[in-house]
Amino acid sequence: MATKELNVSLDAEGFMTDPNQWTPEIAEAMAEEEGIAPLTERHWQVINWVRKEAARTGEFPSLRAISKRSGVDTKELYELFPKGPARKIARCAGYPKPKGCI
Amino acid sequence: MKRLLILGGGTAGTMVANRLVRELDMNEWHITVVDQDEIHYYQPGFLFIPFGTYGKADVMRPKRDFLPREVEVIISEVRLIEPEKNLVHLVKENRTLRYDYLIIATGSRIAPEETPGLMEEEWRKSIFDFYTPDGAVALHRFLRTWRGGRLVVNVAEMPIKCPVAPLEFLFLADAYFHDRGMRDRVEIVYATPLSGAFTKPIASQQLGDLLEQKNIQLITDFNIAGVDVDKKAIVSYDDQRVEFDLLVSIPTNMGSEVIARSGMGDDLNFVPTDKHTLKARDYDNIFVLGDATNLPSSKAGSVAHFQVDVFIENFLRYIDGLELLPTFDGHANCFIESGHGKGFLIDFNYDVEPLPGMFPMPGIGPFSLLRESRINHWGKMMFRWVYWHILLKGREMPIPAQMSMAGKWQR
Repeated sequence: MATKELNVSLDAEGFMTDPNQWTPEIAEAMAEEEGIAPLTERHWQVINWVRKEAARTGEFPSLRAISKRSGVDTKELYELFPKGPARKIARCAGYPKPKGCI
Repeated sequence: MKRLLILGGGTAGTMVANRLVRELDMNEWHITVVDQDEIHYYQPGFLFIPFGTYGKADVMRPKRDFLPREVEVIISEVRLIEPEKNLVHLVKENRTLRYDYLIIATGSRIAPEETPGLMEEEWRKSIFDFYTPDGAVALHRFLRTWRGGRLVVNVAEMPIKCPVAPLEFLFLADAYFHDRGMRDRVEIVYATPLSGAFTKPIASQQLGDLLEQKNIQLITDFNIAGVDVDKKAIVSYDDQRVEFDLLVSIPTNMGSEVIARSGMGDDLNFVPTDKHTLKARDYDNIFVLGDATNLPSSKAGSVAHFQVDVFIENFLRYIDGLELLPTFDGHANCFIESGHGKGFLIDFNYDVEPLPGMFPMPGIGPFSLLRESRINHWGKMMFRWVYWHILLKGREMPIPAQMSMAGKWQR
């Protein structure tokens, strides 16, 4: 299913604007568009940890935080979510585009 | 007596101390500044050391000369902060200081040890940094006799202090090699974890064009996993390799170790801080200023200056029992050296990206925004004097703390 048909609000780049609307089906649809479907148990470990952490702190965690504490290291993150893991993880986890720090 | 303790006597700590002694009744307040280093470094000057424009002595002054007489200054490392008990433990003489209010201004430092291979055999032989005075001086020595080859500038990870510095380094390196008649023997490559030359779209486009004009190759989305020391290449997590003869690294930037030891930081030892009030997220009598915060604003002296302006007003309300106002807008104002006596100026905040236009400044300006000009370069060179004599002393600067849209062109 394409993410446009999911009946959730997306921004111009296809990121969800309201993480509360997220469902596991959305993650699968996003993964499809990102070319990383089907999601494996290791993908889910990251997505679930990120959603829990973001709910706890109110902020989407940095890639460094994910690699340190989700149980999946940076090398594997790049294998699971190649070319820009932060952005792909954010899409699958239903969060807006991570703000590039400046 | 109320006790106010400032950890860190760098740019933010010095500015806030100077402002506080003027604003508070010093018969009622005891202010202490703790810092581990007696020397104040003019950090924007480090950029110019590799190219011989400044020497080390041009960027060093005794800290005490810039701190107000009314404050107690202790030169010591901080062992531990115990925020629940309002105590700070020092290394020197095992002293313990009690505070009513604490200002954390412990800054950020480079952590090359975070990237495997960076600090091994090639460190300061063919791998250099310019974020420390010693690194900048070592790089200057190397460049003086370098015969050319492939220069790679790499940012390890965001956020970094002074996010425009890598670009300035590239522009200045291009000009330096031109002036020495060896530009044709140097290939310049910029490998960055960002998706463009800079973080914000319009500036990224303009600065990216300038890289191209100057024949500097841009490699985006490059996240360094380590250095292959034997083959002299940086290697990314997705196995891209970029070979170098000379690597200038901007290593991972981290907050002070004492923040980690005290369990007060995030994964990079930066202190979670309220974006608009600068109060520590988890503590009601702690404020965080300058590079030590986890805020999505630039880690830069101009930002620290605007923060101090906003903080002073808020702190005076706070001690009178009034609520804090959400007045910090992420304002940053940076000169960008672009080589050959020219420079850019950018002015932006949390919500407004750097825009082209004219920046009004009574008496000196206007400066052109997001466009190369000679006056911008002179602004940057003059700034060293302004820094020592006006900015650190907390004297009035002709720039408002909140960003203004005056002179900026919107589409």
